Amino acid sequence: MNQQNTQYVLGSYDVIVVGAGHAGCEAALASARMGHSTLLLAMNLDSVAMMPCNPSIGGTGKGHLVREIDALGGQMGLNIDKTMIQMRMLNRAKGPAVHSLRAQADKHLYHTEMKCTLESTDNLDLFQGEAASLLVEEGCVTGVEMTSHACYLGKTVILCTGTYLHGRVFIGDSSCSSGPNGLAPSVSLADNLRALGLPMRRFKTGTPARVLGSSLDHDKMEPQHGDEVITPFSFMNEHLDVDQIDCWLTYTNEETHRIIRENFDRSALFGGQIEGIGPRYCPSIEDKVHRFSDRKRHQLFVEPEGKSTDEVYLQGMSTSMPIDVQLAFYKTIPGLEHMRMVRSGYAIEYDCIDPLDLKPSLENKTIQHLFCAGQFNGSSGYEEAAAQGLMAGINAALLVEGKDPFVLDRSEAYIGVLIDDLVVKGTNEPYRIMTSRAEYRLMLRQDNADARLTEKGYRLGLVTEERYQRYLQKQMQVEEETHRLQTTYVAPSAAEAFLRSIGTSPIKSKTSLAELLKRPEVTYENLAAIDPDRPPISRHAALQTAVQIKYAGYISKQIAQINKFKRLEDKKIPDSIDYMVIEGLRNEAKQKLDRIRPLSVGQASRISGVSPADINVLLIYLERERRRG
Amino acid sequence: MCENETIAAISTAFGEGGIGIVRISGAEALHVLQKIFVPAGTGNVSSAGVSSAEHASDCGDNATAFQPVSRMMYYGMIMDPADRHKVDEVMAVYMKAPHTYTREDVVEIDSHGSMVSLRKILSLCYQYGASPAARGEFTKRAFLNGRLDLSQAESVMDLIRAKTDATFDVALEQLQGRLSDEIRTMRQNLMDLLVDMTVNIDYPDEDIEEIIYERMQAQLDDVKKSVDRLLASSDTGRIIRDGLRVAIIGRPNVGKSSLMNALLGENRAIVTDVPGTTRDTIEESLSIHGIPVRLTDTAGIRETEDTIEKIGIERSKDSFNQSDLIVLMVDGSVPLTKEDHFLLDRCRGRKAMVLINKKDEGKIVSEEEIGSLLPDAVILRTSMKEQVSIDAIENEVTAMVHCGGVVQQDSTIVTNARHEQLLRDASHALADAMDAAAGGEPLELIEIDVHEGYDRLGEILGESVSDDIIQEVFSRFCLGK
Repeated sequence: MNQQNTQYVLGSYDVIVVGAGHAGCEAALASARMGHSTLLLAMNLDSVAMMPCNPSIGGTGKGHLVREIDALGGQMGLNIDKTMIQMRMLNRAKGPAVHSLRAQADKHLYHTEMKCTLESTDNLDLFQGEAASLLVEEGCVTGVEMTSHACYLGKTVILCTGTYLHGRVFIGDSSCSSGPNGLAPSVSLADNLRALGLPMRRFKTGTPARVLGSSLDHDKMEPQHGDEVITPFSFMNEHLDVDQIDCWLTYTNEETHRIIRENFDRSALFGGQIEGIGPRYCPSIEDKVHRFSDRKRHQLFVEPEGKSTDEVYLQGMSTSMPIDVQLAFYKTIPGLEHMRMVRSGYAIEYDCIDPLDLKPSLENKTIQHLFCAGQFNGSSGYEEAAAQGLMAGINAALLVEGKDPFVLDRSEAYIGVLIDDLVVKGTNEPYRIMTSRAEYRLMLRQDNADARLTEKGYRLGLVTEERYQRYLQKQMQVEEETHRLQTTYVAPSAAEAFLRSIGTSPIKSKTSLAELLKRPEVTYENLAAIDPDRPPISRHAALQTAVQIKYAGYISKQIAQINKFKRLEDKKIPDSIDYMVIEGLRNEAKQKLDRIRPLSVGQASRISGVSPADINVLLIYLERERRRG
Repeated sequence: MCENETIAAISTAFGEGGIGIVRISGAEALHVLQKIFVPAGTGNVSSAGVSSAEHASDCGDNATAFQPVSRMMYYGMIMDPADRHKVDEVMAVYMKAPHTYTREDVVEIDSHGSMVSLRKILSLCYQYGASPAARGEFTKRAFLNGRLDLSQAESVMDLIRAKTDATFDVALEQLQGRLSDEIRTMRQNLMDLLVDMTVNIDYPDEDIEEIIYERMQAQLDDVKKSVDRLLASSDTGRIIRDGLRVAIIGRPNVGKSSLMNALLGENRAIVTDVPGTTRDTIEESLSIHGIPVRLTDTAGIRETEDTIEKIGIERSKDSFNQSDLIVLMVDGSVPLTKEDHFLLDRCRGRKAMVLINKKDEGKIVSEEEIGSLLPDAVILRTSMKEQVSIDAIENEVTAMVHCGGVVQQDSTIVTNARHEQLLRDASHALADAMDAAAGGEPLELIEIDVHEGYDRLGEILGESVSDDIIQEVFSRFCLGK
């Protein structure tokens, strides 16, 4: 064959990562930090860790993911702390389990900082080039061939192709083959993956226009300030001091909606050109106007894209209308009347894989030693991508080491919820994490992400000694402070004035500080008024202590639920099981179980179409097999 | 050993013997027994942990609690720790793991066996730490814990397989039923609330109405009331499950025992209590056209001159008051007496059937006369001596059940003990949620209890937990970037 004649080998690695977006960066850093020679391939090195959509990181659920990535020794938290231009803790009015951190990023700085980190990491090579095909021998991936015919041999390959595979951009009735943000798409690899028999599908997402901030009338919009005291994402940072930049809130109106409605026929979305499935939680403005026609207005946030640019992002206004229509309806919005658009909104369609084709380790079931992460797996969002990238990187490294995969379950981390949802339940639209997807939300808090994960990260070799010592110190502080609060008593007379000042009832007898802290009106901060001997402990430690005392009752309820959940989760299903021969299983259950091949009975019980009775049959079968040896 | 929940169930099927056994298996089995069993001769009820059972914390009571020797049979009393009400005299045995059927700690309580007391004992077990056992679960545990050998494994598979089919049939039946509809409505209401909570929690930046606590409390209260109403119906459900309670009353020698014997003669007796020992009524269970019937004869007091006064005796009064149907017998061959009139008067407002007996001896008492005194009653003329009209009596009993005489046609009835327990759990969860809301706790904590209630109700329908709430969120709210 012609191609074979021109192939040449450029190098050999333990782990090759295809794609340098948020998933690819975490994957490459993880395996390199675990000591494995790693190659990170990017179509364009100027688009490493690019944010082609919103210039923000975090939010409900997503913020939790970033904390967990950080606790495991990943990079996203550190990188956003370094490059953020505004920080807000969302949901402060609610309880601690759903407090969610969100940062506005300087997206150019975010890219530059991440690239510097990659460049300075041992065991990690960066290279610009387009992967054209996977080298596969006997069902096992052995490397990657580039469009240049250069080949890299790899013991494992991680695909993090984002929205590039067969990318197609839609604006109005026009469409062209393109990656995100005007970058080149990846076509050969998409065809190669189909040819290799991977179950490919097509998803869609979109982005709004970018306009110049200086062209907006800020008097007509409400400013959205950052928090006065910044809470960092990373457990490595105690305080951050940054000059924060405001975001701005404004609304659409009937006129905006009228223009959109009158041009429905010119929209790519309703014209039938788009075959991909878009996420319901991030609909375009034309979709919102169409589906929620009774709404008089929709809100939009104007978000700065960075300190070195005048460009701003119009959050809430993603669109693939023709550009003249975009200009017309954007300009009906208060504050945007004289806006100058520099990039139009567009929709993008891309190839991705059915995540049911993945093991919980994110290794592919069709091709061995091939791992997959990020939007390629049908997820959406930078944070979801980074979380999967990290796990794929860890598991590729572990596979090279001949060790068991590292899998987090639903009671341990949002990362566990995310991956379990993807590989066990699958998804029919780009998947976004939400706190409501987690059954054990009260345990999966931001404040205790390190308590849940840092020890594990340390054992994997991902967590630095510095981070580990910091974590140990925090846990010691939490323990000591909890004990102190439980054993320090205040007399009614000493507490009276304080309790009255915060509007709660007085105490009748000596009461521990911990007991007082359980009252809704009392916080760890205001309790200081009657706690003169309080030791100086870190913010992270103080927060975790307070939360654990305050919600002890609910926490023990959830622990009981988790123990119940763990029983089935701990019942492992051997790799070799043949569901087709198990008598008593209904046919639908046989097929689903065989397709998904769950690791544990717990996972099996979450597969749609598998009934509780099927699970009983499976339990009996497994026990019988075990006893037969 | 399997680290499972402690389970309890009635291990003897309805109609299978003179005694009934409640079996408890699991680590908490002994603890449950200690809570509800008072061995004879201890005198001091609190030594059985009764006094502290009302409190969630049970520290300390174990020290003085009943400590049975494994595999020793104890005679004593099952007592509801909450109100110290005696439920039944029983024999109880505690068998320590692993030498038991399930290889877990097992407790068996042998009761004299009326279905009512068995149910009451079981419900106490549920209240004090045990969970309802799924069908075949004892056997399954026995197998999983290595109690059964390989040759038995195949038959266990068959058993579980049979269960698979049965479960599906039952589930299908339930799906068509009114209970399901009602549970679905409750779940829909909880779903509405959960969707609002979810949006509030997961989309703090969106242009969405904040949840108003007062309204949320009112919504929770509505659903909880519906759950409690269904729970109350489990009494009616009990008729279907445990039998129609029929009390036979009448003056001495009008033919009550003949009626009892006649009915028993034709129908399979299910449980026979020993008459006269501890009770002053005779109770028999039988099946009439497939309907379980518990027949109480006040014959225990038949030799007493003053029947009316005897009805004042507690047990007789109880069986009279608790009965679903009263069968009053009068002697039709002589004029109605003062006592007959008194009894007819007591039947007013109750489901009653009046048998004008001894039609072979004369027709002094007419249907019209009885009808004028008890207009709603079913009236039959019978002859016990000639066994006339036994069929008619049976048909009337059947008709009363099926045509709504006893069971209200338009009410939903909970007949299944598992459903009853799940409803109770749901009710508790909703009560917790309401407390939390009243205490101003944050939404995501309240959500835990609301979701718990939603899931328990879902278990009644056999619907698996899924992302249905999230699906709803997106269809109802306009969210996104």
